Amino acid sequence: MRDRQLVMYDEDFRLIEAVVGRLVRDANAKGVFVVDRNGQLIAEAGELRGIDTTSLASLTAGCIAATGGLAKLVGEEDFPVHFHQGQRDNLHITLVSSRIILVVIFDDRSSLGLVRLRVKKAGAELAKVFEEIQKKTEQEGARGGTPFAEITDDDIDNLFSV
Amino acid sequence: MSFINYSSREINCKIVYYGPGLCGKTTNLQWIYSKTNPDLKGKMISLATETERTLFFDFLPLALGEIRGFKTRFHLYTVPGQVFYDASRKLILKGVDGVVFVADSQIERMEANVESLENLRLNLAEQGHSIDETPCVIQYNKRDLPNAAPLHEMKKLLNPGGLPDFEACATDGKGVFETLKAVARSVLRDLKQMSG
Repeated sequence: MRDRQLVMYDEDFRLIEAVVGRLVRDANAKGVFVVDRNGQLIAEAGELRGIDTTSLASLTAGCIAATGGLAKLVGEEDFPVHFHQGQRDNLHITLVSSRIILVVIFDDRSSLGLVRLRVKKAGAELAKVFEEIQKKTEQEGARGGTPFAEITDDDIDNLFSV
Repeated sequence: MSFINYSSREINCKIVYYGPGLCGKTTNLQWIYSKTNPDLKGKMISLATETERTLFFDFLPLALGEIRGFKTRFHLYTVPGQVFYDASRKLILKGVDGVVFVADSQIERMEANVESLENLRLNLAEQGHSIDETPCVIQYNKRDLPNAAPLHEMKKLLNPGGLPDFEACATDGKGVFETLKAVARSVLRDLKQMSG
């Protein structure tokens, strides 16, 4: 059985964006990122401009994957919360519903305690949103009506014609 | 597992370059990186040892163009080829949409090729994928070397099922983009089939 694709519509994105926007403010964070466990960036908010978000997403997923492997070695299912302390900025990474990774970057305008507290609430909200997305994707799949049914072989070939 | 984002109108797919140690997986990505328009690529990340052997993965994000108003983005990953990094290979294979198996054409590496292909089969199966239903292409790399095995023998050994396959010399780019295009095409066809 192949994994189902993840399909995110505008209305889903707006819900996620609202949660991460609120988290940035409530946690006094510099930036918040939502990343799929496979390394795809889903949403971002905050003051961090010019940061390489594609790399951030891929490396975060790699980090979660590697520590997940370590967790299994010592008999844990996962290590869902990671904290990396830097000289100036810190990184708080949380695995939500075993599927989505919530990354918060913060400096001394905030604190680990505050971030932890706010992430807990935001994580629960995101879990609900992604549960709905998952349900929708499954229903679409069962109906055979997922969005890429309409692409043709010509569309695919045209991509490589130049 | 592909990710279709209606909000940014993007399709994102994950392609993994697999194969035995030193077969040229990283070299494939380096060639693609060096020859791609800067607007279409992101930063290439290599998590490597001090001796430039892949430790965890290489990563290269690439945009291929638009299909029906959707930007198609491919995330290319390599696995570490050395046998003892199997735990890392399993992690990187998670959520894969397509695989390039890079075989080393040197006669003395045939056993390593077979072992790595078997390892790919096992690691995909562990995630509930079968190699037959995963978009996969085979690249016979290092065809320029004097000790390269005859092509028909490599095909017989590594590609009895007749997957799309390509001869290559990744150090000078021969066959690199042909391989990439073939796997990207297979992934998109698969996506279409899964949707239809």
